[in-house]
Amino acid sequence: MTDVKPSDPDLPGDVQALIGELQYEELGEFPVERGYFWTSAASVENGNPLFWDDAVADEVTEGPVAPLMLLSAWFRPHHWAPGRAVEKLPLQIHFDLKARFELPEAIMTENTTIFHEPVRPGDRITSAQRLVSVSEEQTRRLGTGRFWIIDVEYRNQRGELCGVERWEGFGYRRDDPPKDASSKDASSKDAR
Amino acid sequence: MITLDAVKVGDALPPLSYDVTSTTVVLGALAARDWRPMHHDYHFAVDRQGVKDIFLNSPNQGSWLERFVTDWTGPTGRLGRLRFKMRKPIFPGDTMVLEGTVRDVSVDDAGCGWVALDLTIRVGDVTCTESEARVAVPTSPEDNPWRRHGDDWKP
Repeated sequence: MTDVKPSDPDLPGDVQALIGELQYEELGEFPVERGYFWTSAASVENGNPLFWDDAVADEVTEGPVAPLMLLSAWFRPHHWAPGRAVEKLPLQIHFDLKARFELPEAIMTENTTIFHEPVRPGDRITSAQRLVSVSEEQTRRLGTGRFWIIDVEYRNQRGELCGVERWEGFGYRRDDPPKDASSKDASSKDAR
Repeated sequence: MITLDAVKVGDALPPLSYDVTSTTVVLGALAARDWRPMHHDYHFAVDRQGVKDIFLNSPNQGSWLERFVTDWTGPTGRLGRLRFKMRKPIFPGDTMVLEGTVRDVSVDDAGCGWVALDLTIRVGDVTCTESEARVAVPTSPEDNPWRRHGDDWKP
Protein backbone atom coordinates (compact mmCIF):
# COMPACT_ATOMS: atom_id res chain seq x y z
CA MET A 1 0.00 0.00 0.00
CA THR A 2 1.00 3.60 -0.48
CA ASP A 3 2.55 5.50 2.34
CA VAL A 4 -0.18 7.30 4.20
CA LYS A 5 0.32 11.04 4.32
CA PRO A 6 -0.64 12.43 7.72
CA SER A 7 -4.15 13.79 7.95
CA ASP A 8 -4.81 17.44 8.62
CA PRO A 9 -4.86 17.68 12.45
CA ASP A 10 -7.50 20.38 12.14
CA LEU A 11 -9.93 18.40 9.99
CA PRO A 12 -13.59 19.21 10.65
CA GLY A 13 -15.05 16.80 13.19
CA ASP A 14 -17.53 15.24 10.78
CA VAL A 15 -14.72 14.32 8.37
CA GLN A 16 -12.40 13.15 11.14
CA ALA A 17 -15.14 10.83 12.37
CA LEU A 18 -15.26 9.05 9.00
CA ILE A 19 -11.58 8.09 8.93
CA GLY A 20 -11.26 4.33 9.31
CA GLU A 21 -15.01 3.74 9.02
CA LEU A 22 -16.29 1.22 6.47
CA GLN A 23 -18.84 2.95 4.21
CA TYR A 24 -20.90 2.24 1.12
CA GLU A 25 -20.81 -1.54 1.33
CA GLU A 26 -22.77 -2.60 -1.72
CA LEU A 27 -23.26 -5.39 -4.20
CA GLY A 28 -22.13 -4.73 -7.78
CA GLU A 29 -24.99 -3.99 -10.15
CA PHE A 30 -24.42 -7.04 -12.33
CA PRO A 31 -22.73 -10.45 -12.20
CA VAL A 32 -19.19 -10.55 -13.49
CA GLU A 33 -19.38 -11.15 -17.21
CA ARG A 34 -16.79 -12.40 -19.60
CA GLY A 35 -17.49 -9.83 -22.32
CA TYR A 36 -15.69 -7.27 -20.19
CA PHE A 37 -12.65 -9.57 -19.99
CA TRP A 38 -12.29 -9.43 -23.77
CA THR A 39 -13.11 -5.73 -24.06
CA SER A 40 -10.54 -4.90 -21.41
CA ALA A 41 -7.85 -7.15 -22.90
CA ALA A 42 -8.58 -5.73 -26.35
CA SER A 43 -8.28 -2.14 -25.07
CA VAL A 44 -4.62 -2.75 -24.26
CA GLU A 45 -4.00 -5.39 -26.93
CA ASN A 46 -3.30 -7.96 -24.23
CA GLY A 47 -2.84 -11.35 -25.88
CA ASN A 48 -2.43 -13.29 -22.64
CA PRO A 49 -3.98 -16.67 -23.54
CA LEU A 50 -5.63 -16.82 -20.11
CA PHE A 51 -8.25 -14.48 -21.55
CA TRP A 52 -8.51 -15.89 -25.07
CA ASP A 53 -7.83 -19.64 -24.94
CA ASP A 54 -10.10 -21.75 -22.74
CA ALA A 55 -7.69 -24.69 -22.77
CA VAL A 56 -4.94 -22.50 -21.28
CA ALA A 57 -7.38 -20.98 -18.77
CA ASP A 58 -8.50 -24.46 -17.71
CA GLU A 59 -4.95 -25.65 -17.27
CA VAL A 60 -3.45 -22.62 -15.56
CA THR A 61 -6.29 -20.96 -13.65
CA GLU A 62 -8.88 -23.75 -13.44
CA GLY A 63 -11.19 -21.81 -15.76
CA PRO A 64 -11.51 -18.23 -17.02
CA VAL A 65 -10.41 -15.38 -14.79
CA ALA A 66 -10.82 -11.63 -15.22
CA PRO A 67 -7.89 -9.39 -16.09
CA LEU A 68 -6.74 -8.36 -12.65
CA MET A 69 -6.81 -4.61 -13.19
CA LEU A 70 -10.46 -4.87 -14.15
CA LEU A 71 -11.24 -5.19 -10.43
CA SER A 72 -12.72 -1.72 -10.02
CA ALA A 73 -15.06 -2.23 -12.99
CA TRP A 74 -17.24 -4.55 -10.91
CA PHE A 75 -18.32 -1.78 -8.57
CA ARG A 76 -18.76 1.00 -11.11
CA PRO A 77 -22.46 1.77 -11.49
CA HIS A 78 -24.30 1.90 -14.78
CA HIS A 79 -24.30 5.40 -16.24
CA TRP A 80 -28.08 5.26 -16.16
CA ALA A 81 -30.68 2.92 -14.74
CA PRO A 82 -34.48 3.00 -14.65
CA GLY A 83 -35.85 5.12 -11.83
CA ARG A 84 -32.50 6.68 -11.01
CA ALA A 85 -32.95 10.45 -10.91
CA VAL A 86 -29.39 11.27 -9.89
CA GLU A 87 -26.28 9.77 -11.44
CA LYS A 88 -24.79 7.15 -9.15
CA LEU A 89 -21.07 7.60 -8.79
CA PRO A 90 -18.26 5.17 -8.11
CA LEU A 91 -15.91 5.82 -5.20
CA GLN A 92 -18.59 7.85 -3.47
CA ILE A 93 -16.32 8.96 -0.61
CA HIS A 94 -14.22 10.81 -3.19
CA PHE A 95 -17.26 12.79 -4.32
CA ASP A 96 -18.44 13.31 -0.74
CA LEU A 97 -15.09 14.95 0.06
CA LYS A 98 -15.24 17.15 -3.04
CA ALA A 99 -18.65 18.40 -1.95
CA ARG A 100 -17.69 18.75 1.70
CA PHE A 101 -14.64 20.88 0.95
CA GLU A 102 -16.22 22.63 -2.06
CA LEU A 103 -13.52 21.44 -4.46
CA PRO A 104 -15.08 21.25 -7.94
CA GLU A 105 -12.20 19.44 -9.68
CA ALA A 106 -10.24 16.34 -8.81
CA ILE A 107 -7.77 13.90 -10.25
CA MET A 108 -6.54 10.51 -9.16
CA THR A 109 -2.80 10.53 -8.60
CA GLU A 110 -1.93 7.07 -7.34
CA ASN A 111 -3.35 3.56 -7.21
CA THR A 112 -2.16 0.49 -5.38
CA THR A 113 -3.98 -2.81 -5.80
CA ILE A 114 -3.33 -6.05 -3.95
CA PHE A 115 -4.80 -9.07 -5.69
CA HIS A 116 -6.15 -12.08 -3.83
CA GLU A 117 -8.71 -14.59 -5.15
CA PRO A 118 -9.21 -14.16 -8.92
CA VAL A 119 -12.55 -12.84 -10.16
CA ARG A 120 -14.44 -15.29 -12.37
CA PRO A 121 -17.48 -15.15 -14.66
CA GLY A 122 -20.72 -15.17 -12.67
CA ASP A 123 -19.16 -13.87 -9.47
CA ARG A 124 -21.12 -11.27 -7.53
CA ILE A 125 -18.68 -8.75 -6.15
CA THR A 126 -19.37 -6.67 -3.06
CA SER A 127 -17.30 -3.55 -2.47
CA ALA A 128 -16.85 -1.38 0.58
CA GLN A 129 -14.96 1.90 0.95
CA ARG A 130 -12.89 3.29 3.79
CA LEU A 131 -11.49 6.82 4.14
CA VAL A 132 -7.84 6.57 5.22
CA SER A 133 -6.64 10.19 5.35
CA VAL A 134 -7.26 13.78 4.23
CA SER A 135 -4.37 16.22 3.96
CA GLU A 136 -4.16 19.87 4.87
CA GLU A 137 -5.06 22.30 2.10
CA GLN A 138 -2.14 22.90 -0.26
CA THR A 139 -1.43 24.52 -3.60
CA ARG A 140 -0.16 22.55 -6.57
CA ARG A 141 0.17 23.25 -10.28
CA LEU A 142 -3.47 22.40 -10.93
CA GLY A 143 -4.87 24.50 -8.10
CA THR A 144 -5.48 24.58 -4.37
CA GLY A 145 -7.03 21.66 -2.56
CA ARG A 146 -6.47 18.52 -0.52
CA PHE A 147 -5.11 15.02 -1.08
CA TRP A 148 -7.06 12.08 0.26
CA ILE A 149 -6.63 8.33 0.40
CA ILE A 150 -9.50 5.86 0.08
CA ASP A 151 -9.36 2.06 0.32
CA VAL A 152 -11.84 -0.19 -1.48
CA GLU A 153 -12.23 -3.85 -0.54
CA TYR A 154 -13.72 -6.35 -2.95
CA ARG A 155 -15.20 -9.71 -1.92
CA ASN A 156 -16.92 -12.42 -3.93
CA GLN A 157 -20.21 -14.14 -3.12
CA ARG A 158 -18.40 -16.57 -0.82
CA GLY A 159 -16.94 -13.70 1.20
CA GLU A 160 -13.44 -14.36 -0.14
CA LEU A 161 -11.25 -11.28 -0.49
CA CYS A 162 -10.57 -10.64 -4.19
CA GLY A 163 -8.52 -7.51 -3.77
CA VAL A 164 -7.93 -4.22 -2.03
CA GLU A 165 -7.42 -0.98 -3.90
CA ARG A 166 -5.94 2.16 -2.42
CA TRP A 167 -6.70 5.36 -4.34
CA GLU A 168 -5.00 8.67 -3.76
CA GLY A 169 -6.86 11.66 -5.16
CA PHE A 170 -6.38 15.42 -5.21
CA GLY A 171 -9.50 17.55 -5.01
CA TYR A 172 -8.89 21.16 -6.00
CA ARG A 173 -10.22 24.44 -7.24
CA ARG A 174 -8.40 26.00 -10.15
CA ASP A 175 -6.60 29.26 -9.47
CA ASP A 176 -7.55 30.31 -13.02
CA PRO A 177 -11.32 29.85 -13.33
CA PRO A 178 -12.40 27.37 -16.02
CA LYS A 179 -14.02 28.86 -19.13
CA ASP A 180 -17.44 27.47 -18.31
CA ALA A 181 -17.32 27.90 -14.54
CA SER A 182 -20.47 29.99 -14.59
CA SER A 183 -22.46 27.41 -16.52
CA LYS A 184 -25.01 25.43 -14.57
CA ASP A 185 -24.09 22.46 -16.73
CA ALA A 186 -20.61 22.54 -15.28
CA SER A 187 -21.87 21.09 -12.02
CA SER A 188 -19.69 19.14 -9.65
CA LYS A 189 -21.34 15.90 -10.75
CA ASP A 190 -19.50 16.20 -14.02
CA ALA A 191 -16.12 16.65 -12.45
CA ARG A 192 -14.22 13.66 -11.28
CA MET B 1 6.83 -18.76 -19.67
CA ILE B 2 9.64 -17.82 -17.32
CA THR B 3 10.66 -19.55 -14.10
CA LEU B 4 12.26 -17.88 -11.13
CA ASP B 5 15.71 -19.37 -11.73
CA ALA B 6 15.89 -17.49 -15.05
CA VAL B 7 15.33 -14.09 -13.44
CA LYS B 8 18.13 -11.93 -12.07
CA VAL B 9 18.23 -8.55 -10.37
CA GLY B 10 18.89 -5.89 -12.99
CA ASP B 11 17.24 -7.80 -15.83
CA ALA B 12 15.37 -5.49 -18.19
CA LEU B 13 11.93 -6.33 -19.53
CA PRO B 14 11.48 -5.92 -23.29
CA PRO B 15 10.17 -2.36 -23.74
CA LEU B 16 6.72 -1.79 -25.17
CA SER B 17 6.05 1.23 -27.37
CA TYR B 18 2.53 2.28 -28.29
CA ASP B 19 1.07 5.24 -30.18
CA VAL B 20 -1.86 6.54 -28.12
CA THR B 21 -4.92 7.78 -30.01
CA SER B 22 -8.28 9.15 -28.90
CA THR B 23 -9.64 5.65 -29.51
CA THR B 24 -7.07 4.23 -27.09
CA VAL B 25 -8.26 6.62 -24.39
CA VAL B 26 -11.99 6.17 -24.97
CA LEU B 27 -11.82 2.40 -25.41
CA GLY B 28 -9.75 2.04 -22.25
CA ALA B 29 -12.11 4.16 -20.18
CA LEU B 30 -15.25 2.39 -21.37
CA ALA B 31 -13.65 -1.05 -20.94
CA ALA B 32 -13.15 -0.12 -17.28
CA ARG B 33 -16.71 1.28 -17.00
CA ASP B 34 -15.27 4.73 -16.33
CA TRP B 35 -17.80 7.19 -17.72
CA ARG B 36 -16.13 10.37 -16.44
CA PRO B 37 -16.00 13.00 -19.19
CA MET B 38 -12.30 13.84 -19.06
CA HIS B 39 -11.69 10.47 -20.71
CA HIS B 40 -13.96 11.07 -23.70
CA ASP B 41 -14.95 14.76 -23.86
CA TYR B 42 -12.23 17.01 -25.26
CA HIS B 43 -13.94 20.28 -24.27
CA PHE B 44 -14.52 19.11 -20.72
CA ALA B 45 -10.89 18.04 -20.37
CA VAL B 46 -9.58 21.35 -21.75
CA ASP B 47 -12.08 23.86 -20.44
CA ARG B 48 -12.91 22.35 -17.07
CA GLN B 49 -9.84 20.39 -16.12
CA GLY B 50 -7.25 22.64 -17.68
CA VAL B 51 -5.37 19.90 -19.53
CA LYS B 52 -4.62 19.79 -23.24
CA ASP B 53 -6.81 16.83 -24.25
CA ILE B 54 -8.61 13.75 -22.96
CA PHE B 55 -6.20 11.42 -21.20
CA LEU B 56 -5.74 7.77 -20.22
CA ASN B 57 -7.72 6.86 -17.11
CA SER B 58 -6.21 5.17 -14.06
CA PRO B 59 -7.55 1.60 -14.42
CA ASN B 60 -6.53 1.55 -18.07
CA GLN B 61 -2.99 2.59 -17.20
CA GLY B 62 -3.04 -0.30 -14.74
CA SER B 63 -4.22 -2.60 -17.51
CA TRP B 64 -1.34 -1.50 -19.74
CA LEU B 65 1.08 -2.24 -16.89
CA GLU B 66 -0.56 -5.62 -16.25
CA ARG B 67 -0.20 -6.50 -19.93
CA PHE B 68 3.43 -5.35 -19.95
CA VAL B 69 4.30 -7.57 -16.98
CA THR B 70 2.48 -10.67 -18.21
CA ASP B 71 3.87 -10.26 -21.74
CA TRP B 72 7.16 -10.97 -19.98
CA THR B 73 6.11 -13.67 -17.51
CA GLY B 74 3.66 -15.56 -19.69
CA PRO B 75 0.27 -16.74 -18.42
CA THR B 76 1.67 -18.46 -15.32
CA GLY B 77 2.83 -15.11 -13.97
CA ARG B 78 0.36 -13.89 -11.35
CA LEU B 79 0.35 -10.28 -10.20
CA GLY B 80 0.22 -9.94 -6.46
CA ARG B 81 0.48 -6.21 -6.19
CA LEU B 82 0.64 -3.24 -8.53
CA ARG B 83 1.27 0.35 -7.52
CA PHE B 84 1.43 3.25 -9.91
CA LYS B 85 1.78 6.97 -9.47
CA MET B 86 0.61 9.17 -12.31
CA ARG B 87 2.80 12.26 -12.54
CA LYS B 88 1.76 13.51 -15.98
CA PRO B 89 -1.30 12.68 -18.08
CA ILE B 90 -0.91 10.60 -21.23
CA PHE B 91 -2.71 12.12 -24.21
CA PRO B 92 -3.70 11.15 -27.77
CA GLY B 93 -0.70 11.74 -30.01
CA ASP B 94 1.76 10.57 -27.36
CA THR B 95 3.97 7.59 -28.01
CA MET B 96 4.15 5.90 -24.63
CA VAL B 97 6.99 3.55 -23.81
CA LEU B 98 6.67 1.04 -20.99
CA GLU B 99 9.95 -0.08 -19.45
CA GLY B 100 10.88 -2.19 -16.47
CA THR B 101 13.72 -3.74 -14.53
CA VAL B 102 13.96 -6.46 -11.91
CA ARG B 103 14.63 -4.99 -8.46
CA ASP B 104 14.42 -8.16 -6.36
CA VAL B 105 13.95 -11.91 -6.62
CA SER B 106 12.77 -13.93 -3.62
CA VAL B 107 10.90 -16.97 -2.35
CA ASP B 108 8.46 -16.52 0.53
CA ASP B 109 7.99 -18.89 3.45
CA ALA B 110 5.12 -20.63 1.61
CA GLY B 111 7.49 -21.45 -1.26
CA CYS B 112 6.08 -18.92 -3.71
CA GLY B 113 8.57 -17.23 -6.05
CA TRP B 114 8.33 -13.47 -6.32
CA VAL B 115 9.84 -10.86 -8.62
CA ALA B 116 9.78 -7.17 -7.69
CA LEU B 117 9.76 -4.86 -10.70
CA ASP B 118 10.32 -1.14 -11.15
CA LEU B 119 8.24 0.07 -14.07
CA THR B 120 7.74 3.36 -15.89
CA ILE B 121 5.55 4.75 -18.63
CA ARG B 122 7.51 7.38 -20.49
CA VAL B 123 6.57 9.84 -23.23
CA GLY B 124 9.71 11.20 -24.84
CA ASP B 125 12.01 12.15 -22.00
CA VAL B 126 9.18 12.61 -19.52
CA THR B 127 8.29 9.89 -17.04
CA CYS B 128 4.51 10.10 -16.88
CA THR B 129 3.90 7.15 -14.56
CA GLU B 130 6.11 5.40 -12.01
CA SER B 131 5.12 1.94 -10.93
CA GLU B 132 6.15 -1.03 -8.81
CA ALA B 133 4.88 -4.55 -9.32
CA ARG B 134 5.18 -7.73 -7.29
CA VAL B 135 4.54 -10.70 -9.51
CA ALA B 136 4.64 -14.40 -8.66
CA VAL B 137 6.36 -16.67 -11.16
CA PRO B 138 6.79 -20.45 -11.02
CA THR B 139 9.82 -21.71 -9.12
CA SER B 140 9.95 -24.72 -11.47
CA PRO B 141 8.13 -25.93 -14.60
CA GLU B 142 5.76 -27.89 -12.33
CA ASP B 143 4.90 -24.92 -10.09
CA ASN B 144 1.88 -22.69 -10.72
CA PRO B 145 1.27 -19.57 -8.58
CA TRP B 146 -2.40 -19.52 -9.62
CA ARG B 147 -2.98 -22.68 -7.56
CA ARG B 148 -2.14 -20.80 -4.37
CA HIS B 149 -4.96 -19.73 -2.07
CA GLY B 150 -5.39 -18.61 1.52
CA ASP B 151 -2.23 -18.74 3.60
CA ASP B 152 -0.20 -19.95 0.61
CA TRP B 153 -0.82 -16.68 -1.27
CA LYS B 154 0.94 -13.68 0.26
CA PRO B 155 0.75 -10.83 -2.22
